[in-house]
Amino acid sequence: MSTNLLINLSYTVAAVLFILGLKFLGSPATARRGNTLSALGMLLAVVVTLLDQAIIDYRWILLGIVIGGVIGTLAARLVAMTAMPEMVALFNGFGGLASLLVGWVALAQPRLDSFLLLTIFLSILIGGVTFTGSLVAWGKLSEKLPGRPILFRGQRPANAGLLLANIACGALFVLYPEQHFWLFLAVVLSATLGVMTVIPIGGADMPVIISLLNSYSGLAACAAGFAINNNILIVAGSLVGASGIILTNIMCKAMNRTLGNVLFSGFGAAGGATGKIEGEVTALTTEDAYYVLEAAQSVVVIPGYGMAVAQAQHVVKELQLLLEKNGCEVVYAIHPVAGRMPGHMNVLLAEADVPYDLLLEMDEVNPRMETFDVAIVIGANDVVNPAARETPGSPIYGMPIINADYARTVFVLKRSMASGFAGLDNPLFYRKNTRMIFGDAKETLGRLVRELST
Amino acid sequence: MDLVYLSFILILSVFLGFELIGKVPATLHTPLMSGANAISGITLVGALVGAGGQGSTLTIVLGTMAVVFATINVVGGYLVTDRMLAMFKKRDKVK
Repeated sequence: MSTNLLINLSYTVAAVLFILGLKFLGSPATARRGNTLSALGMLLAVVVTLLDQAIIDYRWILLGIVIGGVIGTLAARLVAMTAMPEMVALFNGFGGLASLLVGWVALAQPRLDSFLLLTIFLSILIGGVTFTGSLVAWGKLSEKLPGRPILFRGQRPANAGLLLANIACGALFVLYPEQHFWLFLAVVLSATLGVMTVIPIGGADMPVIISLLNSYSGLAACAAGFAINNNILIVAGSLVGASGIILTNIMCKAMNRTLGNVLFSGFGAAGGATGKIEGEVTALTTEDAYYVLEAAQSVVVIPGYGMAVAQAQHVVKELQLLLEKNGCEVVYAIHPVAGRMPGHMNVLLAEADVPYDLLLEMDEVNPRMETFDVAIVIGANDVVNPAARETPGSPIYGMPIINADYARTVFVLKRSMASGFAGLDNPLFYRKNTRMIFGDAKETLGRLVRELST
Repeated sequence: MDLVYLSFILILSVFLGFELIGKVPATLHTPLMSGANAISGITLVGALVGAGGQGSTLTIVLGTMAVVFATINVVGGYLVTDRMLAMFKKRDKVK
């Protein structure tokens, strides 16, 4: 009895550490400490659980922790910062799989009532969806799978049918727990549902789906908590579930779309009419760009996924230092959905030692966009597309954008005239004040840096 | 433990989660996500009882697998978050 009391008191402390950890994650100055606190909470919860009298054999636990610990440590140490989105997706998927397995193990409990069976089913369902969904997201982000939406005829009815099949399977699982068939079917159906949910999502919508899967992994842990009667799983799981839902919501708002629209529309596959774009494209050489930059008093850099692909963050930072030495103000404007996960650009620029107080959010930078001499758009497209503001027929109409076109001069660093992930043409490229600098962003910036440093 | 009590915990935690996360600045969205992701590895606690319990071979195998995957999630998640957060610096601290 006293062991049980100790375990539950320690769980309370662990829950407090998780809560404080998340609270401290709210400010860059305290975030690292917050993460450490949260890790301590986890350590406490794990260590104290080992005192549980139901545990009689430590060999398998030790083996599992050693294997998982080595893999986790190596993965976290070795992964390149640019590969962070897929790494997060993969870790997330493993959490989901673990919850599925915990749900399965919970079936071996002696007394199973319908409610318990329902929560076991839910931890299998949500865990399975999280696992395979995250694997597909991982494949898309690491480009092992095509990044464009995968669509086929009758996809919506097929998915609706799959969802119904899942619900029916859940009912049968609860009614006939002694028949293992329903358990296996539940595993297979949830895995299929995870795949089907994520394949129609295009690359540009990845920030939404990553946040949503993050939320699911928390909900899976929460369901597993009900299945094994453990309150720390419920507390921690629902904290994560709530945080994932908030992030999902922020991402959806940043694209002016609803979650249902992201999940079911296969955005970008159809393209769509943007209306006629007037004007012509003006290309610029790096030499000419150099003269403009040398005279500039203020520059705003607008990065997008292309900066991550070209790994151009370090050379961007060099350019920033040189411009600052020249007496020019440099800031960065970050769109909430730039890149492939929430905050993707911030992490890359932090890696290049760009101070985070130079990274401005959309709402901070738009009101003063007219005052910038030059806006440098690096590998961003849809998030600076004025069609979102001006063309009511455009699929992205209404999406809040960074108004790069209001700057005095706009440099767009781009490989070619291919359209963005949304498959839309961008009127920004045809504006009078826009200059296109074609080529690999990293090379272009490298040349500018060389010119400025001589 | 009864259902009402667990649901009570659930609802309060969800509200607390909403309150806590609503204020995180966009700069920290990635570390927040990966840090929260590490917390979701709490399912490890449930896996321990399966792996070390008095169960059949099946539950021990499933439990051990759950321990492996949950540990990857926890250890990897916290380390990667720490690695990211170590890079975030304010202007005056950067030379």
